[in-house]
Amino acid sequence: MGKKFSLGRLAFIGTPYFWLLIFFLFPFFIVFKISLSDLAVAQPPYVPNFDFSEGWNGLLLFFSQLDIENYTFLFEDSLYYKSYLSSLQIALLSTLLTLLIGFPIAYAMSKAPKRFQALLLMLIILPFWTSFLIRVYAWIGILKPEGFLNQALLWLGIIDKPLIILNTNIAVYIGIVYSYLPFMVLPLYASLERIDMSLIEAARDLGCSALKAFWVVTLPLAVPGIIAGCFLVFIPAIGEFVIPDVLGGSETLMIGKTLWTEFFNNRDWPVASAVAVILLLLLLIPILWFQKFQEKQMEAGT
Amino acid sequence: MTTAAKSYDSVSSEFSPWTDSNATPLIQFQNVTKRYGDFVAIDNLSLDIYEREFFALLGPSGCGKTTMMRLLAGFEGLTEGRILLGGKDISHIPPNQRPVNMMFQSYALFPHMNVEQNIGFGLKQEGKSKAEIKDRVEELIQLVQLQQFTKRKPEQLSGGQRQRVALARSLAKKPKLLLLDEPLGALDKKLREQTQFELMNLQEQLGMTFMIVTHDQEEAMTVASRIAVMSKGELVQVDTPAQIYEAPKSRYVADFIGNVNFIGATVDSIAINKDAQEIEATLSNNTLVNATTTEITEIKQGDSIWLSLRPEKIAVDKAEPEGDRNKLKGTVIDIGYVGNVSTYHVQIAEDVIVKAQRVNRNRLRNRQITWDDEVWLHWNEDAALALDK
Repeated sequence: MGKKFSLGRLAFIGTPYFWLLIFFLFPFFIVFKISLSDLAVAQPPYVPNFDFSEGWNGLLLFFSQLDIENYTFLFEDSLYYKSYLSSLQIALLSTLLTLLIGFPIAYAMSKAPKRFQALLLMLIILPFWTSFLIRVYAWIGILKPEGFLNQALLWLGIIDKPLIILNTNIAVYIGIVYSYLPFMVLPLYASLERIDMSLIEAARDLGCSALKAFWVVTLPLAVPGIIAGCFLVFIPAIGEFVIPDVLGGSETLMIGKTLWTEFFNNRDWPVASAVAVILLLLLLIPILWFQKFQEKQMEAGT
Repeated sequence: MTTAAKSYDSVSSEFSPWTDSNATPLIQFQNVTKRYGDFVAIDNLSLDIYEREFFALLGPSGCGKTTMMRLLAGFEGLTEGRILLGGKDISHIPPNQRPVNMMFQSYALFPHMNVEQNIGFGLKQEGKSKAEIKDRVEELIQLVQLQQFTKRKPEQLSGGQRQRVALARSLAKKPKLLLLDEPLGALDKKLREQTQFELMNLQEQLGMTFMIVTHDQEEAMTVASRIAVMSKGELVQVDTPAQIYEAPKSRYVADFIGNVNFIGATVDSIAINKDAQEIEATLSNNTLVNATTTEITEIKQGDSIWLSLRPEKIAVDKAEPEGDRNKLKGTVIDIGYVGNVSTYHVQIAEDVIVKAQRVNRNRLRNRQITWDDEVWLHWNEDAALALDK
């Protein structure tokens, strides 16, 4: 009976690891392998491939053909590091913008009467009911030179000729901030809503103005939510492809777009794989840091 | 109260500024009203609290006691009237500028700060120098005996330790008035009783004015110099604990504090003795009883009154006592045994049950009175209080 029980336990605990192995680690190794391969006019478009008929010699030959050429290429061509840097910049700035817009929203939600909070929460999640792609496309209608925004501004007399927003980086920022705002608001709201009102009153009682109480009590206690929200926005934003493709212009450089071009336009799978591997490594740094932070939080018992 | 003749308080007779007409109160509520929409939380209430008092606000939940405290702290604005502190109107001064500090029911310790930082928080806001803050925090940590825990975060402390941090933090700025909102509510009974005495000693030692909000009448009785019993936004009675217990002015107060029996009676005759009335009355079974009032009341001959009798003032005996007054015959229908005392529920008439308490001087094995026994209840001439019906 004990053995059966421990087998069941093993299966239970093992399932997520098995899942990660099959759907993350294994594909990653395939991509990694392709990144070490060479471009070829073939199907699939790279060499070498595993040839089991050659036996041991075939395996040796296979490994001898792998090299890091594609990685060195990434450093030689300025396009790639420019794409990385530009992605990093766009992701960082849009994360900051999302935080600046999301914080007041989350704060107002947490201060709203309890009976409205569930409704407000639902309104935040509401956009998810429509396809992401359609929502991004809808921004074209708003931002294009003859779109709603320009028409409204012209009608109000604020501008006398249409603003060029679509197909610029500004449109990309707008698209990212709009799309990822719920991911910022939800963790922020969760941490703000938990803050005991009496803590603010205690700070006021001990001599803080309302603003000071916000700075020394509310904000520090919202830090876990701020960090979680920033990661939830930053990590997908850095690899974002759809938004720069639909709203961005020719000068919009993002690594997701570069990756797409390599894969589908140039059909250079090895270089594209190298780009993807480097992106993953870049993202590992903030993810590991985030994990460290969470561990610290757990230890602190909050 | 002008004379000590009817005062039941013999313990703290030396400290009673409220009897001194020349004393100026520290806190004055002047016709204060607080409304939330249509709901009246505080209804045209006036109250004076004196320096060095340990003042308790007592009442059931929703009686307005917490609102009173929040008005003093400045978390709520009042609708009408004004509040003076040391003669100065503080009604519209924000909480951070009032010389009043509060110890919260939940303690409200800042979870991201350690013990030292929590205690020093108020001083830091005042802009005190680092050295000054350090000295004062050290002094307070000594006072509440938390020397080993200075670097701990609140979640690493026990309930009792948190309570001490909260107390030290609220004392740090030496407020003119310290508000304690159910300060011991989260502690277990033993620790609570011990802490009550510590609070009293501390208050005396520091010479500060404390105001405590509690729904625990024993706590209020133990710590307070005066108690204000509240009901529905009004003060029902403000008096010393002994006065509140021995000389309640209404059935509400008598009933709220401790256990009490109310027996209906009809007034036969009234005699005035100093500033009270001495009443002779008849119960419905024609028993003659004596009763006193605590002040000159409207009670007249022929009126129906309540005879208010505390259970511990009624003796239970099998033998009929001498004399023809202040005694009742009945049957024991229930015995509530709590160890040190037993409460006998004695049926006097079909719908009248009187509770009488007996100290268990003998071991339980030798209990003389048991269920269904016929017993006599009797009490001294001055035991019963007459209350308007």
